[in-house]
Amino acid sequence: MDSAKVLDAKGLACPMPIVKTKKAMEDINSGEILEVHATDKGAKSDLTAWAKSGGHEIVQNTEEDNVLKFWIKKA
Amino acid sequence: MSKSITTKELAQKVINHEETLILDVRNTDEFDNWKIEGGKVEVINEPYFNLLDGVGPVAEKLNNDQEIIVVCAKGGSSEMVADLMVEAGFTNVYNLEGGMKAWSEHLEPVKVGDLNGGGALYQFVRLGKGCLSYFIESNGEAAIIDTARMLEPYEQFAKAKGVEIKHLIDTHLHADHISGGRHLAEKVGGTYHLPPKDATEVTFEYTPLEEGNDITVGNTTVKVKPIYSPGHTIGSTSFIIDDQYLLTGDILFVKSIGRPDLAGLAEDWVGDLRNTLYRRYKELSEDLIVLPAHYSFAEELGKGGEVSARLGDLYQNNSGLQVEDENVFRKMVTENLPPQPNDYQDIRQTNMGKMDPELERQKEMETGPNRCAVEG
Repeated sequence: MDSAKVLDAKGLACPMPIVKTKKAMEDINSGEILEVHATDKGAKSDLTAWAKSGGHEIVQNTEEDNVLKFWIKKA
Repeated sequence: MSKSITTKELAQKVINHEETLILDVRNTDEFDNWKIEGGKVEVINEPYFNLLDGVGPVAEKLNNDQEIIVVCAKGGSSEMVADLMVEAGFTNVYNLEGGMKAWSEHLEPVKVGDLNGGGALYQFVRLGKGCLSYFIESNGEAAIIDTARMLEPYEQFAKAKGVEIKHLIDTHLHADHISGGRHLAEKVGGTYHLPPKDATEVTFEYTPLEEGNDITVGNTTVKVKPIYSPGHTIGSTSFIIDDQYLLTGDILFVKSIGRPDLAGLAEDWVGDLRNTLYRRYKELSEDLIVLPAHYSFAEELGKGGEVSARLGDLYQNNSGLQVEDENVFRKMVTENLPPQPNDYQDIRQTNMGKMDPELERQKEMETGPNRCAVEG
């Protein structure tokens, strides 16, 4: 998938993955995709809820070797 | 910088029925699934990610000088929100150290009463999960019934009382939390007792818990008398202590009764559950004080934090004991059951010794409420 920006939030504990994701979203344009890598287990439900509240779409997410990856399309 | 509060301090507020306002900043799904309850707790939810641009969404609902305890999953997000609130002019904001994860692990000992033969009985209330375990001490010895996974609170308590833990007893094979009984027995050189009918698949040595084989704590002072009372599991065993107290495990609660389905055999065990509740317990003295292994509703937490009721009163008031018709009862305990406890199958496997997950995974498995009851 074509990501406009990749955010490495691995090793960061809550709330930092969301704080950084929110900031990184400001750097991309509407319709572009931000790729987020995180290891905090809580990131999945929090990112999903946060994206929903902002109207962003999580177009794909994966989990491999304890790394969660999200592709978020900006509203 | 905001101030912080420990789970111990919060537990004291809850059991003493002090007015307590909690701002839970986890996402709403997690909040709806499981939250801090009991006493005079009032709790509001606003996810932390809605407060990153300012605490406006909650500020309008709260007074600047009122005491607010901010809570999240592990304590990181709540600390950030508490700091933001202090910056916004709130003067009495606390962060709950360790969040819901620490809250889930906190055990608060509450004295139930003195025993006739000397010694005392304590209820350890796990407020975050609604689990209850029991510490019986008499003449330098102690027995613990339905020990939680966290061993330290019991060890510290035994040390403070100057007693040696001799017996670790589980009323049944638990499905909602990981038993600490076996590990504590190994650690202190005590005996681990388990009902044999629940232990057919266990991978470790244990002492079978059987009716007729009384367990003595202290110098023949306190007898712990097992009563076979199946229904929640096929092995479920109750105890009469000191002819005063009836420990019912997950068979009978203060406001509800046990569910028979967590080992996958609801249809088979519903008859046993019926028989235990409507016949076996009825033969016992109505004046026994029922002490269950769980509570599900905040209002079950009595004054001082104790969860108990007189057996005779439960036969009057507990809706699960008022169902005359066997078929209605069967339907009630097998249909429309609440969701099962989080990870209950892995928890059972762990309690059988078939799995040995690492500590972080164990904590994760125990997240959420106990869900061992059926409402009548």
